[in-house]
Amino acid sequence: MRAIVTVIGKDHVGIIASVCGLLAENGVNILDISQTILQEYFTMIMLVDTSACEVSFAELANALKEKGEESCLSIRIQREDIFDAMHRI
Amino acid sequence: MINSGEILQTIEMIDQQHLDIRTITMGISLRDCAHPDIDVCCRKVYDKITKYAENLVKTGEDIEKEFGIPIVNKRISVTPVAMVAESCEADTYVPLAKALDRAAETVGVNFIGGFSALVHKGCTKGDEILIASIPEALAATGRVCSSVNVATTRAGINMDAVAKMGRIIKEAAAMTAENGGMACAKLVVFANAVEDNPFMAGAFHGPGEPECVINVGVSGPGVVHHALQAVKGQGFDVVAETIKKTAFRITRMGQLVAQEASRRLNVPFGIVDLSLAPTPAIGDSVADILEEMGLSSVGAHGTTAALALLNDAVKKGGVMASSRVGGLSGAFIPVSEDAGMIAAVEKGALTIEKLEAMTCVCSVGLDMIAVPGDTPAETISAIIADESAIGVVNNKTTAVRIIPAPGTKVGDVVDFGGLLGTAPVMPVNPNDSSAFIGRGGHIPAPLHSLKN
Repeated sequence: MRAIVTVIGKDHVGIIASVCGLLAENGVNILDISQTILQEYFTMIMLVDTSACEVSFAELANALKEKGEESCLSIRIQREDIFDAMHRI
Repeated sequence: MINSGEILQTIEMIDQQHLDIRTITMGISLRDCAHPDIDVCCRKVYDKITKYAENLVKTGEDIEKEFGIPIVNKRISVTPVAMVAESCEADTYVPLAKALDRAAETVGVNFIGGFSALVHKGCTKGDEILIASIPEALAATGRVCSSVNVATTRAGINMDAVAKMGRIIKEAAAMTAENGGMACAKLVVFANAVEDNPFMAGAFHGPGEPECVINVGVSGPGVVHHALQAVKGQGFDVVAETIKKTAFRITRMGQLVAQEASRRLNVPFGIVDLSLAPTPAIGDSVADILEEMGLSSVGAHGTTAALALLNDAVKKGGVMASSRVGGLSGAFIPVSEDAGMIAAVEKGALTIEKLEAMTCVCSVGLDMIAVPGDTPAETISAIIADESAIGVVNNKTTAVRIIPAPGTKVGDVVDFGGLLGTAPVMPVNPNDSSAFIGRGGHIPAPLHSLKN
């Protein structure tokens, strides 16, 4: 299953490393990354494949959320379908 | 791949503009639960609902997590109870309301709708008992919602039922006087009720519906408001196009969630109801949209035109986004559930008369309106008659959900809590309508030709 991970918050050292580390630990493969800084705000969007993920989607979502809260970031994972539905006919 | 701007736009809609799935409502037929013994009937009703809806809440929560979209309510609608209970040898259906309440509590849904009767042409024995049971049923339960259909375009208006519902509303208010007449917030009087509405308090599983079905209601007044902020000062063609595009996006998401819920629960997908349903939260208001179109306050002259445009554009945008659109679909204008409407009432800009005009073009009717506790039953019946006439003549659904809050007067505020919000008590026309309501009988169905 393909999903989109978004990381939004104030920029600081090690954001990509920590998020990628957590995804790797859970067997989530990263397919694409785009990252930018918008008015000091760090914005990263990743396309990931969760088919080999070792925990449930809900657990992964919670782990990412908690990881984000530790470092003042909003991190979420959502199935790609919702973006397709909303923006593609 | 979807581009990052689109992804961030979706997230902003959810995070900052209150985009959500307002409800996943499972419709369950109870027609096979009829039994002469009301206790057996109650048991069958309880067993069937708890079996069919066992996984409803869990499935809703799973989808919520995976798609990252809030699903605010999981609810159940059932066959109008008057039809199910009619074969019971009982003189009250309150035990059935309690059975519904217990079943709702067991499966974890916050409302269950369908303590209802369809009496637009006349009452059966069961309809009479059900209507008489409404005040106690709503006072004795927390989650049960009730509705009565008193008129249709094809049948006309049952004025005996209209007279009766005025008295029932007063009685329901009196039985829940300590909660501001809360029971009335769970009671809707309809004209042209729809069979597949997923929204409370008027949801029931109509007699033409299948055994079990999943209906989804989407919302998002905040998203429409935000989109209109980007086209300030531009012509109404631009406004209509902008609303259509936004409604399309919102509905596509509802369709996705509806199909996913239907697949996981192994229950057929019924409809998506694309309604702009406000909540008391700031930024989740239909009034804000109307004001964004250029009105200094909702209620000002021009409000009806603005609402007509909004209601129509929402439907046009949504229709293409879903394989099946149904329910009430359009813009709701409840007072207590919309911060902008409350503000307009409090500053005297919005009256019941203007709301009545707005119901000619909105998706339902006079909704969540508190009036003084001493408002006579006949005046409430007359309000229902007016609203029914609008629905019957214009071939649309209209409804009245009015709360004569005991002990209150104009200017007081009644708090119902949660999604039901806070209602400022509004003045009603003080002139007497009792001789009109006292006539009883039937207002004939309108002519459908010679339309000038």
